[in-house]
Amino acid sequence: MNKLNKTLNVKRDNLLTVYFTAGYPRLEDTAPILLSLQAAGVDIIEIGMPYSDPVADGPTIQESNKRALENGMSINLLFEQLKSIKDQLTVPVVLMGYLNPVLRMGMDVFCAKCKESGVSGIILPDLPAREYDLHYREKMEANGLSNIFLITPQTSNDRIREMDNITNSFMYMVSSPGITGAKSGISEDQIKYFERVNALKLNNPRLIGFGISSNETFKQACRYSNGAIIGSAFINVLSSAKDLAEAIPAFIAEIKKGI
Amino acid sequence: MNYHVDEHGYYGEFGGMFIPEMLFPNVEELRNSYLSIIQSDAFKKEFEGLLTDYVGRPTPLYFANRLSEKYQTNIYIKREDLNHTGAHKVNNTIGQILLAKKLNKKKIIAETGAGQHGVATATVCALMGMECKVFMGQVDTVRQRPNVERMKMLGAEVIPVTSGSQTLKDATNEALRYWIGHPDDTHYIIGSVVGPHPYPDMVARFQSIISKEIRAQLMVKTGKGLPNKVIACVGGGSNAIGAFYEFIDEPEVELIAVEAGGEGVKSGRSAATTALGSTGVLHGSKTLLMQDEDGQVIEPHSISAGLDYPGIGPQHAHLFATGRATFLNATDEEAMVAGMELTREEGIIPAIESAHAFAALKMLNFSKDEVVVVNLSGRGDKDLEAYINWGKY
Repeated sequence: MNKLNKTLNVKRDNLLTVYFTAGYPRLEDTAPILLSLQAAGVDIIEIGMPYSDPVADGPTIQESNKRALENGMSINLLFEQLKSIKDQLTVPVVLMGYLNPVLRMGMDVFCAKCKESGVSGIILPDLPAREYDLHYREKMEANGLSNIFLITPQTSNDRIREMDNITNSFMYMVSSPGITGAKSGISEDQIKYFERVNALKLNNPRLIGFGISSNETFKQACRYSNGAIIGSAFINVLSSAKDLAEAIPAFIAEIKKGI
Repeated sequence: MNYHVDEHGYYGEFGGMFIPEMLFPNVEELRNSYLSIIQSDAFKKEFEGLLTDYVGRPTPLYFANRLSEKYQTNIYIKREDLNHTGAHKVNNTIGQILLAKKLNKKKIIAETGAGQHGVATATVCALMGMECKVFMGQVDTVRQRPNVERMKMLGAEVIPVTSGSQTLKDATNEALRYWIGHPDDTHYIIGSVVGPHPYPDMVARFQSIISKEIRAQLMVKTGKGLPNKVIACVGGGSNAIGAFYEFIDEPEVELIAVEAGGEGVKSGRSAATTALGSTGVLHGSKTLLMQDEDGQVIEPHSISAGLDYPGIGPQHAHLFATGRATFLNATDEEAMVAGMELTREEGIIPAIESAHAFAALKMLNFSKDEVVVVNLSGRGDKDLEAYINWGKY
């Protein structure tokens, strides 16, 4: 059982997951941001592995990917950064990225390095469930890694169940049709979709992501799920902060206000 | 050896559907319906009718007398440059817009590099009265301004893409992102044999008209339907697949694909994917792709915007890996020289993309009695400025 499974076993409400891109805003910021998020009481941290062609991401995360690559970020360097603070990290870490850099490294090597660095889970939006199940599931499971699937308002109930049956982590519920990015408010249609998925009584908990940007949207999302994921809004904080050590705890405290 | 797509969308180890879940319902809808729609009699009748009356098919297969004399062989040129809109691209956009109508889609999106596919898409949207958005890298909108204006005249909205390197691959990313956000009413007309299954197979089927005609025309002209060699340029590879399609399972026909060598394969400014690439995943399929050691996609270079793509269609990757097709590459300079040669010997100014195919004539040995077909995928009007800047005429 990895750290992510342990967290999900003991906590089922208001789970706060925060995303940031490795190597952004500066190459050496990865470790301090991780420790700062952990100290601020974030439940799960999702680290983006920067890629040249992030097709599921909106402008904010595209820009952070581009800048991180210009800073010289790579998956190998991320593993080094993670290893350097492995003993201090208690919060579960999941890596999000695109399939090509992972295949380039080789899935075997990638999974072994994830394990060595204390990573619990992987999110690869362009790795379809069928490919995962046929070719990569065994490798990930052998290294204690949870694969996390995205589901969307267009995903059929049957397909959601299929994915739920081949993972042991959480379901990443994409809040609306679209790419990542801060949006305003949650609509009636979205609530219907959240309720439809709730009614499926899945094995895995559900976290809502894409468009969650504030205390209000976080609380709303948590009413219909086990928690939510904040990405672009946090990247915006990192982009504009004068002092990360102050800005990060302040942002997380604001998000968690009243919870 | 099977060179065609299997039920899961693979050509050997290449192909597949590597798409975010957000695109799954759209691509799945296409996968489930494309064959039954395009193989229906009603569809075929409408498609073939438009190709004849609107596009101007069949295009001629022209025996190039002076070029044949020069290379001491028998060179036939397939005149895709004579299609309406000036290139083979329209064969695919006619097919896909008819399919989009059958799927009840209301809006069309497309990516474009040089603007040829964008123009071909804007044209069929005007023809069918459908709303059209074309994504084009900001850099390309400046380089290819006349095509931007043509698209606007045809009623399309041209959306300049400022993400990434602002060229074809980024235009493709942006079109995919838009499609993710508009899954219900929009069809994405991909312009080449790339993308997730079923796109490579679907586009290949629409373009296969090229080789079907070559076969029938050769039968009339030479008494046998099979040429010895078929030569075509490859970026993503739609005109090449179209020219090869009928002959893929005829092992005696040599298939020769010519990639853009740019300033030279070893110059760091090239688009010769099979020479420089390795297996990876781009725009929804596993294929050969130009990437660095960390798996980041490398920005290619070619003088021809239509070949300026870091990947290659998965079926081409398979034809390369199995040795069924021979892959050559021509530099910018070699292509321009070959373009001028065709202009002076035969009075035909080719698109710079197609000029790469003609550059292969200098790289191959021919016997006197063999039959060589070169696919002239597009005309050179759009490239006048590049020819003028090159200046050697």
